[in-house]
Amino acid sequence: MSLLGFRKLKNLNNIFSMLKIENLHASIDDKSILKGLNLEVKAGEVHAIMGPNGAGKSTLANIIAGKEDYDVTAGNIELNGEDINELAPEERAHNGVFLSFQYPVEIPGVSVTNFIKTAINETRKAKGLDDMPAKDMLKMIREKSELLEIDRKFLSRSLNEGFSGGEKKRNEIFQMAMLEPKLAILDETDSGLDIDALRIVANGVNKLKSKDNAVIVITHYQRLLDYIVPDFVHVLHDGKIVKSGDASLALELEAKGYDWIKQELV
Amino acid sequence: MSKYTEDDLREELKTKEYEYGFYTDIESETFAKGLNEDVVRAISKKKNEPQWMTDWRIEAFRVWEKMEEPEWANVRYEKPKFQEIAYYSAPKEKPKLNSLDEVDPELLDTFKRLGISLDEQKKLANVAVDIVIDSVSVATTFRKTLGEKGIIFMPISEAIQEHPELVRKYLGTIVPTKDNFYAALNSAVFSDGSFCYIPKGVRCPMELSTYFRINEGGTGQFERTLVVADKGSYVSYLEGCTAPSRDENQLHAAVVELVAMDDAEIKYSTVQNWYPGNAEGKGGVYNFVTKRGLCENNAKISWTQVETGSAVTWKYPSCILKGNNSIGEFYSIAVTNNYQQADTGTKMIHLGKNTKSTIISKGISAGHSQNSYRGLVQISSRAENARNFSQCDSLLMGNKCGAHTFPYIEVKNKSAQIEHEATTSKIGEEQLFYCNQRGIDTEKAIALIVNGFSKEVLNKLPMEFAVEAQKLLEISLEGSVG
Repeated sequence: MSLLGFRKLKNLNNIFSMLKIENLHASIDDKSILKGLNLEVKAGEVHAIMGPNGAGKSTLANIIAGKEDYDVTAGNIELNGEDINELAPEERAHNGVFLSFQYPVEIPGVSVTNFIKTAINETRKAKGLDDMPAKDMLKMIREKSELLEIDRKFLSRSLNEGFSGGEKKRNEIFQMAMLEPKLAILDETDSGLDIDALRIVANGVNKLKSKDNAVIVITHYQRLLDYIVPDFVHVLHDGKIVKSGDASLALELEAKGYDWIKQELV
Repeated sequence: MSKYTEDDLREELKTKEYEYGFYTDIESETFAKGLNEDVVRAISKKKNEPQWMTDWRIEAFRVWEKMEEPEWANVRYEKPKFQEIAYYSAPKEKPKLNSLDEVDPELLDTFKRLGISLDEQKKLANVAVDIVIDSVSVATTFRKTLGEKGIIFMPISEAIQEHPELVRKYLGTIVPTKDNFYAALNSAVFSDGSFCYIPKGVRCPMELSTYFRINEGGTGQFERTLVVADKGSYVSYLEGCTAPSRDENQLHAAVVELVAMDDAEIKYSTVQNWYPGNAEGKGGVYNFVTKRGLCENNAKISWTQVETGSAVTWKYPSCILKGNNSIGEFYSIAVTNNYQQADTGTKMIHLGKNTKSTIISKGISAGHSQNSYRGLVQISSRAENARNFSQCDSLLMGNKCGAHTFPYIEVKNKSAQIEHEATTSKIGEEQLFYCNQRGIDTEKAIALIVNGFSKEVLNKLPMEFAVEAQKLLEISLEGSVG
């Protein structure tokens, strides 16, 4: 679709959902993982997706981001009213999709700063903009690293190489802060975080939240949701969303466990 | 959404054409093909050389005739037909030039297309450039500034005329004529190259740079470089090479000799992108080079190389650590793509006490290429407290290429400390997806990952050279992805 058309649609945000997933079926190596998933996320909302291991939570995150290992066998994904099924991962990123990885990869010899600079400038290039002036970039790095209580020395280290679990996750959220996405998907960002890091990360996410963007929090546990309070909680089980509710659903799940959902389904 | 697999990546890598594949139309004077004693004499006569030089060449030729081409390297190629190569080619009417204005405009244009603007380089990089095109220097700059410090930097053919005592004293002392097949061949037929002498205690105020370029189709090029750093002196020498695209294989057999006397330091940096052949492995330069340096007491020699070109590379810049407390370093990035083959590495020969050597080798293989590191660390019985650290990292792209490591370690002294680290990694789908997710397309992601992988070596290059090298890495590996 033309850029102009895209702009037009963006202005109609309140009519279209930011993200609309309908009847999504996906498999990997002929193994069916998502089996008719529906999800609608509007700007300004925080959605939590919970569920037991193997329910398809990370698969969902990866498919929204455009990972090519999966076969989408049915259904479609719309971002701002536009079908994104055919878009490459970087194109989805340019359109504002951000995925905070559960297991961020290492890129030896490439500093955090160099990486984020490249990411920002490539995104700008895709939009027909010049590189961000170094002065602005530095200012932004300073602001966002302070927001996430990141030591400056950390920024010159090789991306994720030798990072602790907490450092990796904090770095993901730092990148999110720098890239200012429309739709942020946090895939188990709480795993591997101690309570202090959890608070810092959640605090960062909360500060980045606005009426124009949306967040999908994928998690096993309630604890992250104590800090990032969701508007909606969905329970993913066996490739489908089987139950949706407000923040209290997460508490109920915490108290009763996933078996409760499974039993309810029977 | 198109599925981007490693197969696609490999396909795209194949298609990157050699960017410098153009041919300069300058009239050349070329000898008839073939090699015998008469040809060697003719080369010597052409260059108006003294008798000792002619004799030296003849002796080398006689040794070469009896030698066999080495076959131990991990490379497969059709051997050059030595009688079908023309052994001398020089741009006609060799001009004696005082300024760039006098240089053939077409030649200058060639340099521009290579991104080498002499004017700019002179101003920006403070570089004195001694240009070798098809064996004969056509422009030498900054000689005057250097002359004031007593530094000699000139084509070796001129040095033989003007400083015969220096050339005669050191030529062939580090790489003897009978050292190996290609060194012997080079000694017999070398047409030109560079000579550099830094006097005692002088710190060379600028990077000395030579751009080599093969130009005449079917002409072998045999440069000879000799760098002598007298006691307590310092020099940083840059060598860059590009060659235009040709179908027939071209032979390049250079010899580089470095002499670092007591307390002297020589940094020798090379960026090599000779024509690697096309995507089917046709054509390309054979690069069989002998580079070696000798360190006296407290001297230091650093070899830094970025090798992205040539169809076949056979090259082991080495250090003989003769003096006590001397230091040898080797930093290398070797990139192979398509059907390129590289067998490259170093030899660190520890003879003196407290000698130290460092080897950092980064091999990047893509396409159907084969990339081998071959290194020798030798600690002699007299070399007390010798130390070596070696690190050999290989990065693979796709699954049809190969990375090989052949580290030889010979230790004859118990006090030696030798460390060797090696890693092999592959640019993974996960890394690419991670970059893609951040808005970085695959082509840019590969460039980013490769630059990160090569960083330790790129950092060793002089600034302006590092930028060029980084570009070269991207050109060599980027397919027209997208």
